[in-house]
Amino acid sequence: MAPSDTTATEAQAVGLAPGLPGLAADWSSDQRAFKNVPWGKAMMWIFLLSDTFIFSCFLISYMTVRMSTTVPWPLPSEVFALSFGGEPIPLILIAIMTFILITSSGTMVLAVNYGYRMDKKKTAILLLVTAVLGASFVGMQAFEWTKLIVEEGVRPWGNPTGASQFGATFFMITGFHGFHVSVGVIFLVLVARKVWRGDYDTGKRGFFTSRKGNYEIVETMGLYWHFVDLVWVFIFAFFYLW
Amino acid sequence: MAHVEGQQHPLGIYIKVWGLLFVLSSFSYAVDYYHLEGYLRWGLILLFMFLKAGFIIAVFMHIKWERLALSYAILLPPVVLLVFIGIMTIESNHTFLTRGIFFGVGGA
Repeated sequence: MAPSDTTATEAQAVGLAPGLPGLAADWSSDQRAFKNVPWGKAMMWIFLLSDTFIFSCFLISYMTVRMSTTVPWPLPSEVFALSFGGEPIPLILIAIMTFILITSSGTMVLAVNYGYRMDKKKTAILLLVTAVLGASFVGMQAFEWTKLIVEEGVRPWGNPTGASQFGATFFMITGFHGFHVSVGVIFLVLVARKVWRGDYDTGKRGFFTSRKGNYEIVETMGLYWHFVDLVWVFIFAFFYLW
Repeated sequence: MAHVEGQQHPLGIYIKVWGLLFVLSSFSYAVDYYHLEGYLRWGLILLFMFLKAGFIIAVFMHIKWERLALSYAILLPPVVLLVFIGIMTIESNHTFLTRGIFFGVGGA
């Protein structure tokens, strides 16, 4: 076993079986099924699972309207092209947004890591960097929406370049994703503030649930943030590239 | 210090996956940039998409290190979406054909 598998070694130390027998034992233990997983993290995973189904419904309805329309679909490569003085570069803004989101996922994962090392300063800074990158993503999305609405005349009920369902699915899917990013940015700032103040070192009680927090919250926050990145991977592939 | 049941791993693996995600994203973008068409385009888009999604879930979201009780509870339910996709494919083909018959292709 690799020395990095801290949780696996920990699990064996307290007598939990690995593999499929472990799966059966965990679920039939008449106790909590998710051993070694704090409740907050398990709940975040359940929420993300439900969110998976919501985004899947959006993407599947997009597939349905795109497959069933008899009018040609607008070419995303041209619709989302942007020119910096010269020839328009296809999808360039979307590519930049993709790289920004991946960068923010990287800073998030580092924040989680430094959180468990109790490195308050680095964790808070990395969380704030993640939040700034997320905010710039939303900013670029606002720019993209404005350009599409004002310059290209795309509306939820129609557009000049092709099938009228284009606008409806575009605004619904990217809007819902952008909303997720915005909520993530707010929570990143809140968690960064608590880390900076040292709430997770002293076990200060939160204002809303009045529970004591610890650095596990940074990991739970990270799960949400990576999920937002994950959804973008699918939107990028199916909406912008397809 | 209270007992923390968190995931802690060496930084190296995160940095490697981070770099890999950048490379895969560039590849996806290249698919569009070089105007690949047809099954090659769709195949490559799906390949890079699933690789990226897989690395994010496995490493960044730590599923690789979780116990199977959690991994299966999270990863198996979305499989039923394949049925949903199948049903909606049939449905949209039907709608497309009906529109073709009643409005004429290119109309509506």
